[in-house]
Amino acid sequence: MADVTLDVWKDIIKPENLVYRRTPVMTDNTLSYCPGCGHGVVHRMLAEVIEEMGIQDKTIGIAPVGCSVLAYEFLNIDMQQAAHGRATALATAISRLWPDRFVVSYQGDGDLAAIGTNETIHACNRGENILIIFINNGIYGMTGGQLAPTTLLGAQTSTSPYGRNVELHGYSFRITELVAQLPGTYYVTRQAVHKPALVRKLKKAIRQGFENIKNKKGTSFIEVVSNCNSGWKMRPVDAIKWLEDNMLAYYQLGDIKVNGELVRQI
Amino acid sequence: MGEIRLMKGNEAFAEAAIRAGTDGYFGYPITPQSEVIEYLMAAKPWETTGMVVLQAESEIASINMLYGGAGAGKKVMTSSSSPGISLMMEGISYMAGAELPCIILNVVRGGPGLGTIQPSQSDYFQATKGGGHGDYRLFVLAPASVQEMADFVPLGYEMAFKYRNPVMILSDGVIGQMMEKVQLFDPIPRWTEEEIIQKCPWATTGKTPNRERNIITSLDLDPARQEKHVLKLKAKYESMQQDVRYEEIEVDDADYLFVAYGSSARVCQKAVKLLRADGYKVGLFRLITLFPFPYKRIEELSHQTKGMMTVEMSLGQMVEDVRLAVGKDQKVVHYGRVGGIVPNPIEVAEAMKNQIIGG
Repeated sequence: MADVTLDVWKDIIKPENLVYRRTPVMTDNTLSYCPGCGHGVVHRMLAEVIEEMGIQDKTIGIAPVGCSVLAYEFLNIDMQQAAHGRATALATAISRLWPDRFVVSYQGDGDLAAIGTNETIHACNRGENILIIFINNGIYGMTGGQLAPTTLLGAQTSTSPYGRNVELHGYSFRITELVAQLPGTYYVTRQAVHKPALVRKLKKAIRQGFENIKNKKGTSFIEVVSNCNSGWKMRPVDAIKWLEDNMLAYYQLGDIKVNGELVRQI
Repeated sequence: MGEIRLMKGNEAFAEAAIRAGTDGYFGYPITPQSEVIEYLMAAKPWETTGMVVLQAESEIASINMLYGGAGAGKKVMTSSSSPGISLMMEGISYMAGAELPCIILNVVRGGPGLGTIQPSQSDYFQATKGGGHGDYRLFVLAPASVQEMADFVPLGYEMAFKYRNPVMILSDGVIGQMMEKVQLFDPIPRWTEEEIIQKCPWATTGKTPNRERNIITSLDLDPARQEKHVLKLKAKYESMQQDVRYEEIEVDDADYLFVAYGSSARVCQKAVKLLRADGYKVGLFRLITLFPFPYKRIEELSHQTKGMMTVEMSLGQMVEDVRLAVGKDQKVVHYGRVGGIVPNPIEVAEAMKNQIIGG
């Protein structure tokens, strides 16, 4: 390398030249997620919204059981780690006991749509004033790639080695469409993070969710369709192609319920 | 002093909850304790003290609501009965692991399974030895009167926050359902936001710039750190011995002792009178804390007595701890009824005569 002295950089590293920095609402810990996974992007969007709204001191997050069990290592906010599936029960109590706080649960498909279905549906039906972020990658990532309620028909996992079939495993579960029909939900949307434009949309959705909490509108529910290249046993680029061709055909992106009104035929 | 009322045990507990400055009650109906949530819903404490009352979708949700509320520094409680408490076991283990204070009332009914809605004391093992997974203990209080159903609420919070540990109030269907005179303590205000932050600096109240983020979790994947954590919990459970509580009734000159708690202790109290009237020197050792267990005092009493009889509405659970306390030399016999049957003082006195005094 050429001799680049510190003096040269001194002229460049100036506040007016700043184009990017890591939000202080994320910690310096190295993300434990697999390369290519969507979790890290969603974490950052969540953290950036918290920073932009200036509500770090008023936000309480809930980490689930699953790949994001250690989300509290990466998000620089007060957080609680919940038993498998129970994040929205925790969120219910925290939100009711601290009504001026912003309570956000962060859950995967096994946590939210299998073991925690009861808590999810009842929190949404009560219209708890919380934001639920639901990462749907159609597989159990943490435990090594087993069938999730959201696994697509035909998809091979370690517990559906010949592909998901209805007789054995039942249908792929669109819980987001289900909670949208409950009167307690105010904002229900499905987003993705595999393209920059989609990431920006997700950030807007998260912002909307926090604004809804501020205005005491009830439950906001954001599904993020993400890839799990490790669990799907694909290279990251192939996983994204598979996501676009298969996942998004069944899990259609976009708003489902806005301002308490359904905006899409379910 | 406080107001005197005639109340059911369950109602006294609910009224005491409001007066003790509880921030949140989360529960699910189950016989024989549904009066707790019914009383709270009728009393509407959210209009007076600001206390939150919520009927959850299940006992599983209830206990996890306690986890969330306690993790955020609030005084929270639930109540249930045996099958519902079984459902809570996972959450209780998590709360013990994450060191979260709360009160859990178990108005015990007979099991196993759906069992019966009648009174029982067959959840002693579950309350004192674990029940959920992992090495943990609860601080367990056993009320024997409607008065104690009220008084153990503030005492329970004191212990829960002193040790940062769940407290179980192990009652039973008799104490929950019977009506007695109760003198209610004067209301204690709920903690303010400043008080919560000062008393619970560990709680997730929102990360302010002057401190690191607070994390409530029972997870540590590093074996060395997790071992250290579990050993710290062990030391905490051992230190609870300083708060051991019991009551001695006619023990000083006793040759024989009943050892009992809760409604069985009330039955034994009458049996002591019957036996004393017949000239037998019998006393009653009533446990108030089941964990910590008064091993030391029972061991001391074994030297001045000739035999002990535990009376429990179970097949004999606490008797194992009494035997541990006294060793092999002391005769310890269990007398119990199950299936929801409450023994009467005459049969208990007869059992003492036949199995200990004459046996």
